[in-house]
Amino acid sequence: MDLNTIWFLLVGVLIAGYAVLDGFDLGTGVLHLVTRDERERRVMMNAIGPVWDGNEVWLLTGGGALFAAFPPVYATVFSGFYLAFTLLLVALILRAVSFEFRSKVDSHRWRRVWDVAFGVGSLVPALLFGVAVGNVLRGLETDAAGIRTTLPGLLNPYALLIGVLGLVMFVLHGATYLGLKTEGPLQARMRGWASAAWVAFIALYAVSTVASWAVAPYLFEHFAANPLTWVFFALLLAACVTGPAAVHASRFGRAFLASAAATVSVIALAAEGLFPRLVPARPDLAASLTIYNAASTPRTLETMLVIALVGMPLVVLYTVLIYRAFRGKTVLTPESY
Amino acid sequence: MDVVLLSRIQFALTVGFHFLFPPITIGLAWLLVLIEWRGWRTGDDTWVRMGRFFARLLALTFAVGVATGIVMEFQFGTNWAAYSKFVGDIFGAPLAAEGVLAFFLESGFLGLYLFGRGRVSKGAHWFSILMVAVGSTISAFWILVANSWQQTPAGYVVEHGRAELASFGAAVFNPSTLPRFFHTVDAALIAGAFVVAGVAAYLLRRNRDDDLARRALRLALVFGLVASVAEVFPFGHVHARQVAHTQPEKFAAIEGLYTGQSAAPMVLFAYPVTPPPELKAKIEVRGVLSWLAFGDMNAPIRGITDFAPQDRPPLWLTFVSFHNMVVLGLYFIAATAWGVWRLRGGRLWDDRRYLRLLIVSIPLPLAACQLGWMAAEVGRQPWIVYHLLRTSDAASASVPAGDVWFSLVLGGVVYLLLGSLYVYLLVREIRHGPPGPELHQA
Repeated sequence: MDLNTIWFLLVGVLIAGYAVLDGFDLGTGVLHLVTRDERERRVMMNAIGPVWDGNEVWLLTGGGALFAAFPPVYATVFSGFYLAFTLLLVALILRAVSFEFRSKVDSHRWRRVWDVAFGVGSLVPALLFGVAVGNVLRGLETDAAGIRTTLPGLLNPYALLIGVLGLVMFVLHGATYLGLKTEGPLQARMRGWASAAWVAFIALYAVSTVASWAVAPYLFEHFAANPLTWVFFALLLAACVTGPAAVHASRFGRAFLASAAATVSVIALAAEGLFPRLVPARPDLAASLTIYNAASTPRTLETMLVIALVGMPLVVLYTVLIYRAFRGKTVLTPESY
Repeated sequence: MDVVLLSRIQFALTVGFHFLFPPITIGLAWLLVLIEWRGWRTGDDTWVRMGRFFARLLALTFAVGVATGIVMEFQFGTNWAAYSKFVGDIFGAPLAAEGVLAFFLESGFLGLYLFGRGRVSKGAHWFSILMVAVGSTISAFWILVANSWQQTPAGYVVEHGRAELASFGAAVFNPSTLPRFFHTVDAALIAGAFVVAGVAAYLLRRNRDDDLARRALRLALVFGLVASVAEVFPFGHVHARQVAHTQPEKFAAIEGLYTGQSAAPMVLFAYPVTPPPELKAKIEVRGVLSWLAFGDMNAPIRGITDFAPQDRPPLWLTFVSFHNMVVLGLYFIAATAWGVWRLRGGRLWDDRRYLRLLIVSIPLPLAACQLGWMAAEVGRQPWIVYHLLRTSDAASASVPAGDVWFSLVLGGVVYLLLGSLYVYLLVREIRHGPPGPELHQA
């Protein structure tokens, strides 16, 4: 396996890691928007309170890794999606500060403002990430200067479909996480949301697969030949069968694992279809940015690999330990948000 | 206004605003390492309450720091695509390293520090604030590696239309990395010290929680004095020497040396005017600059006119920002030294004028940081990578100016709101004061 492929996988791992971890934060934020009870909203915010910041780091590190390993991709995509990124960043900023700001003033109106900031700050990224992925999968119009896109152009039907798929996936994952962390009526409500989200997710995924076939058939070039396809498809299938059953039985540990597995499979299958391209070009696919024509030098890829192999296991280790410190149902304390 | 100028303004505003918060975070985190250590080892409730109080200020600051930091991670790609493509092989790695080795550490353990009291052992809880301090310092290291490579690039060759890594060690430990790392981190320690000192002074003036406030003030003043002295000597001096040796145009600009000469003077006060480059109302001491920079009073130093006009940085901004930073740096030494001196007589607590001075001094280290960075980054112009790539050639080619106007205005409004809310909530938190003994759980 060459260095470029290894880095394709590592960036993929960072993206998948982000989706599995900050995914349930985003999902919680969206569910927070539609929760009426003040105390329930506080519990939901505190369910992710101690861990959301560390989770978000996966996005920053993913961006940094993309910059380090595939600089032209980082530059082309980020500048090409300029307005979308601006909106994404503003949303992430609002979400980040809403945690700290919300409980600082004892006023109903103040809390409502930060509830909206938290909710919108979660909803917009949850949608836009899928929209971005959809546009990349579909292929982008490129010229000498870079990607030529407009914000309306980015909100084409296919990309919006993937955006909604992503949103539903995050809401599902948020619901199963909250099922783990809450009890009583709130947990029951999350059970309902998770059930509904599973149905929506399965339906949307089926439609998205068909739409992808129509819009970007090159994504399926190597599917049949590659054994990994069947591994991840089997994982996705297993998740879609055991997940709803686990939710129905209120076995939220299993349900959370299933929604995590579904998230990872969806990303893995998309990555597989993309490989070895990173930014497919339309109409001329040959002009695509690939892991070979848009990569850093072998020396850089090697050096970064060493840093990743030393650093990431350490990250996983202490992340697990920190999560363990907060295991169990969310309890409101004087320190809580 | 074209894309380059708009992007420059946006970058300056976003990074300037962002860098108000990490100095407080880093400084406060290290002070909390000391405070929480005392609380843990002595079991003394006053130290524990002090920790919980300043932890609230840390949490607020960290949140805004993170929020504004995400923008920075992405802005190289959004607005400086040409730059990113040119330097990505070298510049991207420190940014990724910052994520892997620092961000995870500080963000992960901050959650444990803020919410884990009582859930983990006291030792583990202290360890978590230590990791926040260490993580934020490692973060400073890597971002300074990246920025320093822009200032004094090393360990690279130019090939295939881009800068390519030749030696990671040489690139990471380029001539300016270590001087800037120590100078920047120490500046953060000063910032933290003045926050704690100012807040403690506020509590003393209101006669609230006197014992806690006195201990905090004592700690902050001693810590602040050591940090303030070190910031000038050796850190400031070593950094200035490095600039003299490796970035002569910047050195000439910040020091106001417009004509190359031996026995170059140190300018204590002046008003820079162009054209032609000239200093008005000048007060200077001959030979001192040569002596400080090269160890020889008669050493020749190149003046700004020795460089082609298109290679010179802006003169007024670099001179004024650098000199005012130095003035503030000297003030920090004076202010903390005075406080430490008065500590000995035990008469510090009643000196209401001095306490008020400490309160208004809280934002001054942040101002010094801003001025220092202005000198550093404006002094590097017209280069985005010194002698390798000009800023005017580095912006994103595919982004229309209208889009940058949009992000600049939207970002400006959001940051204005954020900044106001931060100050408002910080002041509220300070006014609320430390948790009382009866609320505290052991």
